Amino acid sequence: MDLIVDIKKSYGPFSLDMAFSIHGNRVGIFGPSGSGKSSLVGLISGLAGPEKGSIILDREPLFDKGLGLNVPPERRRIGMVFQRPHLFPHLNVRENLLYGFKRCSPGGRRITLKGVAEVLKLDLLLERGIKNLSGGEQQRVAIGRAVLSNPRLLIMDEPLSGLDDRLKFQVIPFIKGVCETFGIPYLFISHSLLEMRVMADQVLVVADGRVVEQTTTEGLARGLMGEGDTGYINLIRVRGARRLEGVTAFKWGGQELLISSMNDQAEGLFELSSREIILFKRHPEAISARNLLRCAVAEVFETGARIGVVLDCGGERLIAEVVKAAAKELSIERGGEIYAAIKASAFRRLA
Amino acid sequence: MFDFTSYDYSAILLSLKVAVTATLISLPFGFATAYIMTFKRFRARITLDIIVNLPLTLPPVVIGYLLLILLGRQGPLGRLLAGMGIQIIFTWKAAVIATSVVGFPLMVRSMRTGMETIDRRLIDASRTLGAGVLDTIISIIAPLSLKGIIAGSLLMFARSLGEFGATIIVAGNIPGVTQTIPLAIYEYTSSPRGDAMALMLCVISIVISVGVLIFHEWLAGRMERGD
Repeated sequence: MDLIVDIKKSYGPFSLDMAFSIHGNRVGIFGPSGSGKSSLVGLISGLAGPEKGSIILDREPLFDKGLGLNVPPERRRIGMVFQRPHLFPHLNVRENLLYGFKRCSPGGRRITLKGVAEVLKLDLLLERGIKNLSGGEQQRVAIGRAVLSNPRLLIMDEPLSGLDDRLKFQVIPFIKGVCETFGIPYLFISHSLLEMRVMADQVLVVADGRVVEQTTTEGLARGLMGEGDTGYINLIRVRGARRLEGVTAFKWGGQELLISSMNDQAEGLFELSSREIILFKRHPEAISARNLLRCAVAEVFETGARIGVVLDCGGERLIAEVVKAAAKELSIERGGEIYAAIKASAFRRLA
Repeated sequence: MFDFTSYDYSAILLSLKVAVTATLISLPFGFATAYIMTFKRFRARITLDIIVNLPLTLPPVVIGYLLLILLGRQGPLGRLLAGMGIQIIFTWKAAVIATSVVGFPLMVRSMRTGMETIDRRLIDASRTLGAGVLDTIISIIAPLSLKGIIAGSLLMFARSLGEFGATIIVAGNIPGVTQTIPLAIYEYTSSPRGDAMALMLCVISIVISVGVLIFHEWLAGRMERGD
């Protein structure tokens, strides 16, 4: 996807003035509530019209004030998934899914009901009324409906914010799966850094109606590490669960991680804040933390008043953070060896 | 039981014919007006709102008189139609026009109530899924405002059956031609020994009205269960 946007629009005292050019298939738009994210996607999808400027998608102009061009939303082929499912209440699951498909030119019907129903696991729900679906199922139908309209770009406007954390991570694999399977580029809008990390590669950071930064999700996460209270969130995917007394041992890279998990699942996705990792210069004799990892320092970066330390732990990456004085005391430098201690209770299960 | 004359029967039939015709003719206009007033933002909205609702507050006689001026032989529209060989005044068509104007705001109000409950995001979703404006109206807005459309139509139908003031002025009270049930009742009450007949026509009116209300309740119940 190539998207070139240069638009202006005012909404009373708030004004949106954005100019950017993005090239990529997994792009995030990140910013706090009220920063203009939803207004921006409304303008890109054609549901609202800018006052000035132009929007060009894959070299095709969708809006150009100068030329008096404004392609209506139904001809832009941009699928939308909103915060809530917004399924058509008078249609059942199958009819909802096929609504956009039927309106797509026969030559453009690359993605079919069978394929989507399979990936999104909707096969058994097709004849149901939409009121008999759970929240997660409804959002899956909404995603399927947008995908089945065979769009050239899918815009997801905070599609997970209506779901609780557990449901969120149940829906994410479906969204990723369907977009990867059918090769649909997407714009993912969210105010959650965690969602950005999971869903996007590049990020457009917006605030107060302006684009303030264009970066990678990793760059964004590292940058925000120095500002927020949560630190950098390490996403840790583990497998091969083995129950021990009071904790579960998981395989992670070439080592084992001990995690307090009340769950019996063999695999899992956990988050671990960079602030929960304690670094030691030498092997401590005995500590209460259940994980003591011998790591190599792969990279050191500075953000705000803090130092981020990228650790290579048996092939897996972990980011820890320390204050400058501690970095000096530990004489942390690239290539050096260090020990990282993590309590088993510091991990939080996401999926 | 009913000792009706042929004029009475034709009054009953004409009432139904006028009410059905007025309702059917008003349906597309009522839907379009309700749609514009619900979904479009434009400067003259308040003016349109006032014009549409005016017949609700104006005395029907005033409406009848204004229509008479407009459609009469010397009226701007009447002269045009007369040139084409069409006469409206003092025919059943005039009764249809009079009842349409009087019942129109009731129909629009019910339809608007139905349309206002539609989540705007459904319309956005439909547009981004490839449906144009007209397609969205047909496939999303009309089915989702069906309750309001039916309620508005039945309300207008019922109101049309009872129309008197505007009708008597533009259509007159000609037995067998323009005389509807209310006009026939009016005539019976102003003639000696007409009480029994007037009462019988009242019974017919009540039966039709109750029938309409029962039908409405039944339909609403059915749609509720279908949801």
